[in-house]
Amino acid sequence: MISGDKPRVKMPVSAAAGAEITIKTLIPHPMESGQRKDSDGNTIPRSIINRFTCEFNGESVIDVRLEPSVSANPDFEFAATVPEAGVFNFTWYADDGSVYEMAQEIAIG
Amino acid sequence: MKLTRRDALTLGLGATAAALLPMSATAAAEDAIAVFTGGVEAGAGDITLTTPETVENGNRVPISVEAPGAMAIAVFATGNPTPEVATFNFGPMAGRRFASTRIRLTATQDVVAVAKLADGAFVRTSVMVKVINGS
Repeated sequence: MISGDKPRVKMPVSAAAGAEITIKTLIPHPMESGQRKDSDGNTIPRSIINRFTCEFNGESVIDVRLEPSVSANPDFEFAATVPEAGVFNFTWYADDGSVYEMAQEIAIG
Repeated sequence: MKLTRRDALTLGLGATAAALLPMSATAAAEDAIAVFTGGVEAGAGDITLTTPETVENGNRVPISVEAPGAMAIAVFATGNPTPEVATFNFGPMAGRRFASTRIRLTATQDVVAVAKLADGAFVRTSVMVKVINGS
């Protein structure tokens, strides 16, 4: 990840019980594809975010497998159902073993 | 730049090669799709893939997919060096089976979306995206 930058999540702070909400996420990351060469002609090794997950109160909302064809700074938009108040957990897994996490609460009302 | 006869011929050859290439690229994409479907034939059905018709910049092409009742939706770029792009697996807390992201396209090509439905069947759709400057 680009140092100093944090993943971003955009979602409502509250929803009606059982409502569907839209969540937008973005993580700053170059998503080095492994297809590019440096000025000396050497292949720049692949280094991407390869998995993104979103869970609500421990249950899966979406689990995404990413390949090098996903753009740099991968962003996602998806829908979740919110039956009760709780916490959304967002996790990004990188090729280099790094794991980036974020959590955001949602209230009912 | 002055266009010489030699340049024109080279361009022509390149265009011919580019026209022939999608055949093999598509074969690789079909193999990748077969891995996702486990070899089950994917028919037409209730799946929508939305992309711009033409993009200036192949580095950030917005796409969105939706397939009501899908367990998973996979996206393939048939003309990229590796056709797999992303697989969205929907969990019990998912809302409508929709996802949107941005992808890289190296050239003008067909983008394919395949959805796995709850009954184990697969449906697919494809959209041709014209790319002016490939990623």
